[in-house]
Amino acid sequence: MKSLILTTAALALTAGMGMADTVRLGTEGAYPPYNFLNDNGEVDGFERELGDELCKRAELTCEWVTNDWDSIIPNLTSGNYDAIIAGMSITAEREELVDFTQGYTQPSPSAYAGMSEGVDVKTAVVAAQASTIQSAHVASTGATLVEFATPDETVAAVQSGEVDAVLSDKDFLIPIVAETELMFLEEVRLGGGIGMAFRESDDELRGKFDAAIASMKEDGSLNDMLDKWEIEGKF
Amino acid sequence: MRLHGKRPIIFSYCSDPSLLEGLKWLSCYLTTGKHMGFYVSFGTVLLLLAITAPAALAFGFGAAMLSRARLAPVSWIGKGYIAAVRGVPDIAFFLFFVIALDQGIEWLLHQARCPDWSDPIRQGNDFVVCDIAKMPLGTSPQWIHETYGFALAVLTFAIVFGAFAGNVLYGAMSSVPRAQIETAEAYGMTRRQAFWRILVPQMWVYALPGLSNLWMVLIKATPLLFLLGVEDIVYWARELGGSKMARFTDYPHGDWRMWYFLVLLVFYLAFTRVSEVVLARITLKLSHGQATVGGEAQRKAA
Repeated sequence: MKSLILTTAALALTAGMGMADTVRLGTEGAYPPYNFLNDNGEVDGFERELGDELCKRAELTCEWVTNDWDSIIPNLTSGNYDAIIAGMSITAEREELVDFTQGYTQPSPSAYAGMSEGVDVKTAVVAAQASTIQSAHVASTGATLVEFATPDETVAAVQSGEVDAVLSDKDFLIPIVAETELMFLEEVRLGGGIGMAFRESDDELRGKFDAAIASMKEDGSLNDMLDKWEIEGKF
Repeated sequence: MRLHGKRPIIFSYCSDPSLLEGLKWLSCYLTTGKHMGFYVSFGTVLLLLAITAPAALAFGFGAAMLSRARLAPVSWIGKGYIAAVRGVPDIAFFLFFVIALDQGIEWLLHQARCPDWSDPIRQGNDFVVCDIAKMPLGTSPQWIHETYGFALAVLTFAIVFGAFAGNVLYGAMSSVPRAQIETAEAYGMTRRQAFWRILVPQMWVYALPGLSNLWMVLIKATPLLFLLGVEDIVYWARELGGSKMARFTDYPHGDWRMWYFLVLLVFYLAFTRVSEVVLARITLKLSHGQATVGGEAQRKAA
């Protein structure tokens, strides 16, 4: 009985101490170079490296979990993880649901890519990932929007001829254009840079990551990381 | 959601796959950590089926018994459950119910463990309970999160399929010839004895066609798992089959989703075939000595 009470007390204590320190980071794991699963099935990419460094600076223990893009915000607000770090651009629409840190990339150009030159992206059939700034942009032009659940499917749709072009973050398309027959058509600037998203009630945690991002901007380590993963724009 | 742990390379020659060709390349490709996740997910799906099927049957049996109750309010509970769940689209049920269930559990824990908490639990879009009321605790290792998610999935599947099974069993119980029960009563059995000793053993043969349909639907409903955060075989087939760039993997390839989905097709067809064989055997066994056409045919053949 005594040992039972002791273990319970010990458990309660460790639970209480560990509580503030473990932060669960939610990402999509399907958007290279920002985040993707490497051959070992681990989360890898620019945001993996960035997130680990931010956690180190904020003295937090972090754990990575992957979640479907469509339900990534609802699962944050209902508490399944504590932050989103998934190539999510800061937009006014999303600000109504979650709070962002300052951007850790510059507002990066989005680009149209297709299989041949001379596609008029204002009237063509264009693929984009659902619930992204790109899909919102396509819908606002005269083009016909076809939405897909994952970034990979948008590219596959162009390659199979199902659509004329894809609109996506340029950084995502660069390696694809380099290695396949896809070519760039046009560029547009959308969104306000990429930031980490937190629950609106979680200002304290957001503050810690915000400060860590600021310190990485100051000492130039963020620029080095952007360079390494070939992401456009510097601070 | 899944823990991203390091897994060892199985074959020593796999250290530089770009130099390999043919079968050797394939053997390395098919044994990456990512593919191990794919293989494990087959086990996840089978485990889910193994737990969900009996659980759903138990829910269904309970619902059918309640529906048959002589006390009207009790039978309303059984009938209400069957009607409500059968009427709601699966996807809506899976999305809504799991979040509601999770938040319900956390709300109860919150009331029990943090009575002094003064902040509101609903803050705009956020659902905020105190740290020690979280399910699972934020500090729990990832496998506990996964097990919890899996348990929620099993429970949800059991409730949904339990309602359909309840309807099937209710019909089966009503199909047992009235003469059988009358005979039991004439022998002096109580209502309860007649139910357990006469009705239940005989109803299965009537329930089996409906239950086997349900089982087939359940086998193919497992992709709904991904809605619940459990990574099933369809998720992995899509992830692995998508085209991969040389910058981000040692095994670049184009769009191979067709091949992965072909593997799933074979898996599902094989599984369906095995199920059919097993179900046919069970039907044969249950028909033995029954007052049905099947049972009668067996008696004549013997």
